[in-house]
Amino acid sequence: MQWSIETRNLRRTFRDRPVRRLFRRAVGTPVPDKVALDSVNVTVRPGELFGLLGPNGAGKTTIIKILSTLLLPSAGEALVDGIDVAKDPDSVRRRVNMVSGGEHSGYGILTVRETIWMFSQFYGVPTKVAKKRADAMIERLNLTESADTKTSKLSTGMRQKMNIIRGFVTDPKILFLDEPTLGLDVGIAREVRAFVSEWISEHPERTVLLTTHYMAEADSMCDRVAIIDQGRVLACDTPANLKRDLAPDCVYQIEVPLWTETISPLDQMPVVRSVAMEHRGDQGRTHLRVILEEEGGIASVTDRLAKRGARVLSMTRLEPSLEDAFLNLVGHGLSSGNGENGAR
Amino acid sequence: MRTYLITNLRAIWGRAYVRVVGANREPSWLFFEVALPLLASFSFALIYRGMGAPEQYVGFVVVSGAMIAFWQNILWSMAAQFYWEKEMGNLELYLMAPISRMSILMGMAVGGLFMTAIRATLILLIGTWVFGVTYQVSSWLLLTGVFVLTMGAVYGLGMLSSSLFMLFGREAWHTANLFQEPVYFATGFYFPVRALGDLGAMLASAIPLTLGLDAIRQLIFSGKPVNPLFTVRTEMLLLVVATIFFNWAALRALRFMENLGKQSGRLTLKGQ
Ligand SMILES: Nc1ncnc2c1ncn2[C@@H]1O[C@H](COP(=O)(O)OP(=O)(O)OP(=O)(O)O)[C@@H](O)[C@H]1O
Ligand SMILES: [Mg+2]
Repeated sequence: MQWSIETRNLRRTFRDRPVRRLFRRAVGTPVPDKVALDSVNVTVRPGELFGLLGPNGAGKTTIIKILSTLLLPSAGEALVDGIDVAKDPDSVRRRVNMVSGGEHSGYGILTVRETIWMFSQFYGVPTKVAKKRADAMIERLNLTESADTKTSKLSTGMRQKMNIIRGFVTDPKILFLDEPTLGLDVGIAREVRAFVSEWISEHPERTVLLTTHYMAEADSMCDRVAIIDQGRVLACDTPANLKRDLAPDCVYQIEVPLWTETISPLDQMPVVRSVAMEHRGDQGRTHLRVILEEEGGIASVTDRLAKRGARVLSMTRLEPSLEDAFLNLVGHGLSSGNGENGAR
Repeated sequence: MRTYLITNLRAIWGRAYVRVVGANREPSWLFFEVALPLLASFSFALIYRGMGAPEQYVGFVVVSGAMIAFWQNILWSMAAQFYWEKEMGNLELYLMAPISRMSILMGMAVGGLFMTAIRATLILLIGTWVFGVTYQVSSWLLLTGVFVLTMGAVYGLGMLSSSLFMLFGREAWHTANLFQEPVYFATGFYFPVRALGDLGAMLASAIPLTLGLDAIRQLIFSGKPVNPLFTVRTEMLLLVVATIFFNWAALRALRFMENLGKQSGRLTLKGQ
């Protein structure tokens, strides 16, 4: 099968500017090259909505820039629709488009419609076709009211909707979205996500590569996700498999009568990996979020609770979240919370 | 091939549109683009009058004022524009589009041409009227030829410098600012280049605008002593060479700089 996107041992390093490098070497503190990508192997099938999930500085944007022919690999290969980005960038460019979060492209003097039209011209889309497509997308993204506003007057959310349309209006075979919902409020982020998901389901032969550091966004939108940190791919699978494989511990929520002691009733049990207590004084109850080392451990947990006089009021088994998987792999959380702009 | 051509033509019009629309929506641009340069030309014309310079010198200033508008369009609306585009984030969108970089540059130049033409015409008309300049054109055909060739060469030079702006941004910006006045001086904006002495004139003629202006003066004030650099025929020949050379060099430079930028990672790096 022909991959939509394929990277083979893709590596990218950055070095200081020549003058500074010489200076640092001269004073005896040479700086090693910064490794942004270290042997990245990723394959994306046609029709997939594929996610790159990683913290700041993981190398997400670097991958997108290489795939969109704006940056050369230092080593390894990157193929888009089977074409090597380093050898034949022109052919790659005809097939792709890119939108980044928080982007300020275009000219303040043009209206939303004009801006979308202008960028479509760089891809040779006939004006009639471009306008028709743009109008349909403008309506779908509830941008009609601002469609004839000068872009200098747009709010962040409106602007990002326009950027999104700019990317889709050329009908690319493969679309790169670099943190498309960055800085958007809950409602607009949701609209943008729905738009992308609908587009890919209506165009099953197209491919979307999306980067994000919102857990829930990757979880809810992507067919498959590569978890990337410090330039390395740590895991790559469907969100469901990632959760199953990477967080095999069982997660339970147990309700007991208000537990007033500071140490938890499940203290020092080998089968328990962690317990989080949350007191609900008003209801006279305490919620325990328990992560077990192994599935069979729940019986001994209830035994212990009974012995300590903490009657089990209710018990729910929770699905491990993508965040649990991520924590397990990366060893630390994402710097800016997850799903904070309301995915799901 | 045909689709590639059409795509590039669309791209040129797409980028040109911004300027055409801008000129209509922001009439204040007209003031800065037309009125201010007009004043600069006129002050020099007045100085020549005051000094009692030969009358055709006043005519030189008026014609040069019109021509310099085209040069400014290339330098500021096209070459230096790459720097702003990079800062705004447009450059990377242009570079990842399936078009020639020349189309984007061409679009900028063509878009600016509208304003430039207004400006050049106004300078010419008002200048001629105010100072009572009289012209005697020896050959309209040659005049048109010289004008077109000058534009071709200047355009190539502009593209060449845009490759510098693409990568060096702010530094190139300062350099362009720095050279603006010396270039006016060397091109003989204000006086015949011959006045710079033989060597100075030779060096200055490396700037295609110098040759173009000199030839235009000869053609437009025929019969009057204009102190020419070379014959019109030689100047046209040199302009042909300059046009070919600058455009060729610009193509190479653009490709080279883009590649360098893609290797070093500076192409998409902002704020430098
Ligand atoms: N042009 C460049 N020059 C030098 N270093 C760079 C350049 N681009 C990226 N880097 C470095 O490479 C590393 C990866 O950066 P990248 O932008 O790909 O991360 P990211 O995953 O997109 O992060 P974020 O979530 O912050 O956008 C970072 O350490 C960054 O400083
Ligand atoms: Mg990034």
